[in-house]
Amino acid sequence: MKLSLVLALSLLASPALADWQQTLQAARGQTVYWNAWGGDARTNAFIAWVGDQTEARYGVRVEQAKLSDTAEAVTRVISEKAAGQDEGGSVDLIWLNGPNFLAMKDQGLLHGPFVADLPNARYLDLAPGSAASVDFTVPVDGMESPWRLARFVFTYDSARVAEPPRSMAAFVDWAAANPGRVTHPDPSNFMGATFLKQALIELTPDASVLQDPATEATFDAATAPLWDWYDALRPNLWRGGETYPANESVQQQLLNDGEVDIAMSFDPASAAAAIADGLLPDSARVFVPEGGSIGNISFVAIPYNAANAEGAEVVANFLLDPATQAHMQNIEVLGSFSVLDPARLDEAAKAAFAALPSAPALPTLADLGPTLLEPHASWMTRLTEEWTRRYVK
Amino acid sequence: MNHDGRLLRAAVLAGIGLGLITPIVIGLWETGRAAFGILPALGQEVASLEPWQALAALPGIGTSLRLTLITGFGSTLLSLLLATGFCAAVHARMRPSAGAQMLTPFLAIPHAAMAVGLAFVLAPSGWIARMLAPLAGWDRPPDIATVHDGWGLALMIGLMVKEVPFLLLVILSALGQIPVARHMAAGRALGYGRGIVWIKIIMPQVWPLIRLPVWVVLAYALSVVDMAIILGPSTPPTLAVAVTRWFTDPDPAMILPASAGAIVQAGIVALAVALMLVAEALGKRLGRWWLRRGGRGLSAEPGLWAASAVTMALMAVGVLAMVSLVVWSLAWRWSYPQILPQSWSLKPWTGAQDGWMRALANTLLLAGATVGLSLALAIAWLEGEDRARRARAPWAEALIYLPLLIPQIGFLYGLNVGFLQIGLSGGIIAVIWAQALFVFPYVMIALSDPWRALDPRVIRVAAALGAGPGRRLWAVKLPMLIRPILTAAAIGVSVSVAQYLPTLFMGAGRIATLTTEAVTLSSGSDRRVTGVYASLQAGLPFAAYLAAFLIPAILHRNRRALTGASAP
Repeated sequence: MKLSLVLALSLLASPALADWQQTLQAARGQTVYWNAWGGDARTNAFIAWVGDQTEARYGVRVEQAKLSDTAEAVTRVISEKAAGQDEGGSVDLIWLNGPNFLAMKDQGLLHGPFVADLPNARYLDLAPGSAASVDFTVPVDGMESPWRLARFVFTYDSARVAEPPRSMAAFVDWAAANPGRVTHPDPSNFMGATFLKQALIELTPDASVLQDPATEATFDAATAPLWDWYDALRPNLWRGGETYPANESVQQQLLNDGEVDIAMSFDPASAAAAIADGLLPDSARVFVPEGGSIGNISFVAIPYNAANAEGAEVVANFLLDPATQAHMQNIEVLGSFSVLDPARLDEAAKAAFAALPSAPALPTLADLGPTLLEPHASWMTRLTEEWTRRYVK
Repeated sequence: MNHDGRLLRAAVLAGIGLGLITPIVIGLWETGRAAFGILPALGQEVASLEPWQALAALPGIGTSLRLTLITGFGSTLLSLLLATGFCAAVHARMRPSAGAQMLTPFLAIPHAAMAVGLAFVLAPSGWIARMLAPLAGWDRPPDIATVHDGWGLALMIGLMVKEVPFLLLVILSALGQIPVARHMAAGRALGYGRGIVWIKIIMPQVWPLIRLPVWVVLAYALSVVDMAIILGPSTPPTLAVAVTRWFTDPDPAMILPASAGAIVQAGIVALAVALMLVAEALGKRLGRWWLRRGGRGLSAEPGLWAASAVTMALMAVGVLAMVSLVVWSLAWRWSYPQILPQSWSLKPWTGAQDGWMRALANTLLLAGATVGLSLALAIAWLEGEDRARRARAPWAEALIYLPLLIPQIGFLYGLNVGFLQIGLSGGIIAVIWAQALFVFPYVMIALSDPWRALDPRVIRVAAALGAGPGRRLWAVKLPMLIRPILTAAAIGVSVSVAQYLPTLFMGAGRIATLTTEAVTLSSGSDRRVTGVYASLQAGLPFAAYLAAFLIPAILHRNRRALTGASAP
């Protein structure tokens, strides 16, 4: 009795490190199929770099399954479950967040909780309510591991536009003065939905209700000002609001082509990166509404039937390494802001972040203003549905 | 009839049944089950009509249906009209082989690559607009929807750029079986104008020969996905694109109405073919009445010239689109309103090298495997017919066309479920199998006529000299038919390279080909890298056609009668 108690206590005390050695051993030789949106060349290059590193260090190869929409990977896991394939699945790691995470978590399609087992999780602020512990207000519960920080920003060409709108409300007057020069991605795409959410947070009478699941009553009351605003804006959108770019990349191309004056992104470094890649003019700059903008964290999750779950954990852990995060935040690499808690970094890691290069189109954290919380995932689903009901004929 | 022939035919029949028909039936069955609410993975085990109610309640479903019908029927009928008019106007002035050569680039380039090029050429900030900008004074691109337009016009243009050349080729080869010059002379002698002779005498004879290809074009146009994603309207899109989106929606419950939509898609194509049959029957009656009336006053000449002009314009736009792919792949900065890039670079090629080399390798592997399998099956089938000394039964002919007439979206999701159950999904084998469903029919169709046209005296001489059936096949038929065999292979390569949905659904996203990458990248922000993939995608089938032209010319350089005699 006493012995078993001691044994149990010692197991509770530090099983993690021993377990991690086992994970590393099991992972050696595995090939991790990382299902990630493939529309951004720099992200693809970063994922390839991650694979080179993990192969050299841990013998874990990474193959990116390039998705045009993250939902493809979710569907794949569902159809595998449909066919009773409960192990040896084709998806090992998914870059996801928000509704895709909620859908997979709700249906028990995820492996875990595993985040606490990752040695590098010690650099994260995982306190309840912190940015890395909730995903669109849904508790993460260790079922997905953070890897990059996203902030909603607008991009414009400072050579063509002297003064961009400074608030979501101001978009109406700006568009009226510049008809056909602004648009947003189709709200069935998360960036289009985020544009609506950004406006909703600014326009709704009480933004705190957005943190709870939307109900019939709260939704109608909270979104009424949004639809008034949108009805005023829509006639002056690009193509008269009859059609929308499919995603933010297409809209960035429209900005480069001069068809619109404003694009948007979930990556504050995207404008600087696009200039370096020759995809935007040198005069492109970033702005955010004065009240701040929506921010969230991109996660990686492991499906319940992943064939290479250990390898996937090794990759998730490598992504949280301070050196990896500093490399990722480098504007010449990816320029995505780190998800680590600066207070938990040692001096060497802090110096590595401080030494990163800058660029004219790269905003500082101060330029970006306050971070607004993502509404509960149900708001996004309902917003998209309601928008579709109102405007898709 | 000997034992060997029977065994061969049994093997072919088993191959066709298991390899071609079973997957389609399983795919339709599983999709159909989901359409009626049975999807055990989601805990749905009871049949119901809910998916259909959900489908009917989806926003924009009516518009999607309308768009599908307008773009599908519109592009097919216009393509048919233009191809007929163009043939009538230029047939007498053009050698068939010259025509086929001129059309080859248009046939070889996959729909997705053509769409990527057209999306740039037609856009308000695109090549045509940039050429007009100095004249029209557009310092900013005009705010007109010329791509992704709500009417689907850009999609119709895209389909027509691909389908008019295809129908031209089909009509030209049909005309080879009709004494056009004699009928024309007779008609003119009776006082009919040239255009009217075409409408009243030539086309009624051509129609039965091109009926099936026209159905295939119609079925394709009604259910195309890749081209519709790149050129078509998006809010809402055509039905096939909408169904593809619903299948990949984050909410898995959408698979149910998506399956119902897939069944609707299959139903639309079936109805469309039925409608064509009705129209044909009506046309026959009206046509006879019109013929017997014998009026000679009409002239169709201006219509013919208009059709020719529009056809030439379409082809010019198609050439611009193909050229723009290569130019973009070599550009660095190329912004509006510059007609040519401000700076050039090889970086799009070198930067994405790992990616396109892997996609190219996958594409080559898939093309090689599917074309090899399809050729083997086609030759076995044709040889089986020869040995049985029997003509092809109508049901066998229908079997060949079946995969081309059923919309891919109608059975691919269900087929994936079926493949998963036998543990085949997500691998290269599953993709090869799924692609072969669409490669085989084209290879079979391309090879059948030249095979039957082979001079039977040659075979009889070989038999008289003591060659058995195997030796006749290997030593006489195949070498003599090398040109049509390679042409069929080249067509097979271009079909395999162009496959989008089968690769996407069966490959579990792991098998990246030039086409899947090009379609994914076309929704990105970098036209230069898209240009790299689309150029390769277009170049590969073209290289295959070139090889099909050069190899027999080299092999048969000292056998003049074989250099072109057996080509269609």
